Amino acid sequence: MSAHHHVEGQLPHEPERATMEGRNKILGFWIFLGAETVLFGTLFSAYLALRHNIGDGPAASEIFELSTTFIATMILLFSSLMSVFAVQAMHQHKVKAMIGWLIATVVLGLCFLGLEIFEFNAYVGEGHRMPTSAFSSSFYTLVGFHGAHVAFGVLWITLLILQILKKGLTVVTAPKIYVSAIYWHFIDVVWVFIFTVVYLMGKVG
Amino acid sequence: MAAHAHKVKRYRGIMDWLTTVDHKKIGILYLIAGALFFGVGGLEAILIRIQLIKPMNDFVGADTFNELITMHGTTMIFLAAMPMLFALMNAVIPLQIGARDVAFPFLNALGFWTFFFGGLLLNISWFAGNVPDAGWTSYVPLAGPTYASGHGVDYYVLGLQIAGIGTLLGGVNFMATIINMRAPGMSFMRMPMFTWTIFITSVMIVFAFPVLTVGLVALMFDRLFQANFFETASGGSAILWEHVFWVFGHPEVYILILPAFGVISEVVSTFSRKRLFGYSSMVFATVLIAFLGFMVWAHHMFTTGLGPVANALFSIATMLIAVPTGVKIFNWLFTLWGGSIRFTTSSLFAIGFIPTFVMGGVTGVMLAVAPADYQYHDSYFVVAHFHYVIVGGLVFGLFAGLHYWWPKMFGRMLNEKIGQVTFWTFFVGFHLTFFVQHFLGLLGMPRRVWTYLPDQGFDNMNFISTIGAFLMGIGTIAMIINVIVTSAKPRNALADPWEDGRSLEWTIPSPPPEYNFKQLPLVRGYDAWWKEKMEGKTEMTPAEPVGPIHMPSPSILPLVMSIGLFIAGFGFMYDKLIVTFVGMAITLGCMLLRSVFDDHGFHIEVEEQEKGVQA
Repeated sequence: MSAHHHVEGQLPHEPERATMEGRNKILGFWIFLGAETVLFGTLFSAYLALRHNIGDGPAASEIFELSTTFIATMILLFSSLMSVFAVQAMHQHKVKAMIGWLIATVVLGLCFLGLEIFEFNAYVGEGHRMPTSAFSSSFYTLVGFHGAHVAFGVLWITLLILQILKKGLTVVTAPKIYVSAIYWHFIDVVWVFIFTVVYLMGKVG
Repeated sequence: MAAHAHKVKRYRGIMDWLTTVDHKKIGILYLIAGALFFGVGGLEAILIRIQLIKPMNDFVGADTFNELITMHGTTMIFLAAMPMLFALMNAVIPLQIGARDVAFPFLNALGFWTFFFGGLLLNISWFAGNVPDAGWTSYVPLAGPTYASGHGVDYYVLGLQIAGIGTLLGGVNFMATIINMRAPGMSFMRMPMFTWTIFITSVMIVFAFPVLTVGLVALMFDRLFQANFFETASGGSAILWEHVFWVFGHPEVYILILPAFGVISEVVSTFSRKRLFGYSSMVFATVLIAFLGFMVWAHHMFTTGLGPVANALFSIATMLIAVPTGVKIFNWLFTLWGGSIRFTTSSLFAIGFIPTFVMGGVTGVMLAVAPADYQYHDSYFVVAHFHYVIVGGLVFGLFAGLHYWWPKMFGRMLNEKIGQVTFWTFFVGFHLTFFVQHFLGLLGMPRRVWTYLPDQGFDNMNFISTIGAFLMGIGTIAMIINVIVTSAKPRNALADPWEDGRSLEWTIPSPPPEYNFKQLPLVRGYDAWWKEKMEGKTEMTPAEPVGPIHMPSPSILPLVMSIGLFIAGFGFMYDKLIVTFVGMAITLGCMLLRSVFDDHGFHIEVEEQEKGVQA
């Protein structure tokens, strides 16, 4: 029977997998990430097909600032690490530590977003806008989709922190934390590809 | 069970349908909505055929004709065929695997409502006076802002985007359901064939639909935010759209046909009173078709100029698909061979399916020959081919499945006499309509033309084709009459109304109670129910004791979320930021509510089960 178990007393070691609902949620979310992989794969393909078609606009090597994006990469990688610590704390039922790590995750995510907005702003100043060229359109769509995912993740994890404060760690809230963590790692992995394919390859031409 | 005493409001009447998360009711909603759009698409087809009944006809204008063919294709694929498949999936899959519901009942409802409002948005274009007219494939630059400056294509882009969310959610849901929710003892290789094909279809949905999402986003950005994905003047690529569309579009046709293969397997096996011949080869063929289905998209683009190497590779890959498909055809024939066959409406459609689909397959292999395709391309030969596989394949499969599972869904047997009328008029009408179109194509009649000159050898065959279309219309009307007549009859279908049922859905009452299985069954082999019957048992061995059953609560949020997306769609289209904002706020607000307020569900106690809770 797939009933909600209202856990009185001891939580199991992996509270996210304690109920059928929890196990379904985790499996379903992995499948959803499969779909997300295809989504970003298509955006990457479109970008790769169009990245040299710069029209009258600036080329990738002229505008990309590797130092900024490298810092952004490091921030996001550390953010992902923070969310690993959060899930470890959850498995040890250390709720306070978990909330601390989640707050660190969110703060680093916000730093990343701030850098990205700063970066986009600089590009616009250099005449690299959505309608400029096929390169600029596919660039903003790919990197912007990723940025939107980060923004959604920041809001989502913030909401979950508030829920944990209100409801505590239960077999209902644990799968949510776990699923948001794998989402966050996924966003991180996508960024690693963006850093490589868009920025590093953009610099070498 | 005091700890479980949650008070949950359970609705009645119309509110019950708007808030339901029960897969059986969602299946019925999909069926009603799909049938509605099937009617609209059918009407568009009839108008197209009336326009082409004679040369130089002026029944509809050229502009209207373009709108009709665009909306006919889009509606039939996305709003009629897909939802009717989802209707069968929802009605049958949890029952076949011995589950009480799908993995995510809430998402299931959300999927239905997003599909419905996406379809509604698309069809509102008729009333807004801006109808999509760039073909169902929406090729650029025809669909780009330069050549389609009105809002027509915007309706296509946003309508399909919203409907696509629903389809993707359905794919994720059914994959998770089939992996995680099978009854004790039901291993993968004991799953009924229909469950297998839906599983593989769901995998294909998950990996194909996001490609369409990106394509539609790119087209939308081009049209609404002056992006340059497909604008060649600014460095964009028109070929990119063709690739993106068909990387989605070709798997999509297998998404449509694989469930039909599943239905035919069930129906042929039941009405031959025989185990499905070559079950494991059938599973393997299904997986192989899905795998190959992802690597043949460029056979839609042979004349684009990809070069001889690409054309040769895609040509060979396409021909390869004929092998697993052939395996299936022979398996059905060998299942029929030596069986004691019953010719019900359902089995007639299944038996009619086999030669019809083979004809569609043969023209498919002909089209796969790249040099020959230069002759067939964009001619009526192509129109004939894909109607043979989609109507002769999928729609025959749907008719077979609906007649077969109707008693399980509604508790009433469809009238067999009217059913026979449906089959014969639809079957004959279908071949009358589309068989001649092969020859029209070979004679050189291009597809998507508004009219044609007399005395080119097109006149008689176009006339025959239109008469056939009317006959198909009569067949469809007969089906509707059948449904109305049947709904007036008492609800007295037995649990196993065909008497030869083989899988788990035939072990529970028709229609099943809200919780499907009072006790989850223990599955001891393939054709679980048949196996028990052959050993003289009258019911399945239970795998658990009788106890209170946990159910998810109904919710209005899926409907409200979809209305939010619907409103946001109009905001995007007409560049009204405030409308977009309001719509998205409604949708995200509902997501927030769903996350904050946990759904504890409710329990159906044993006493209530004894009374029998009807779905």
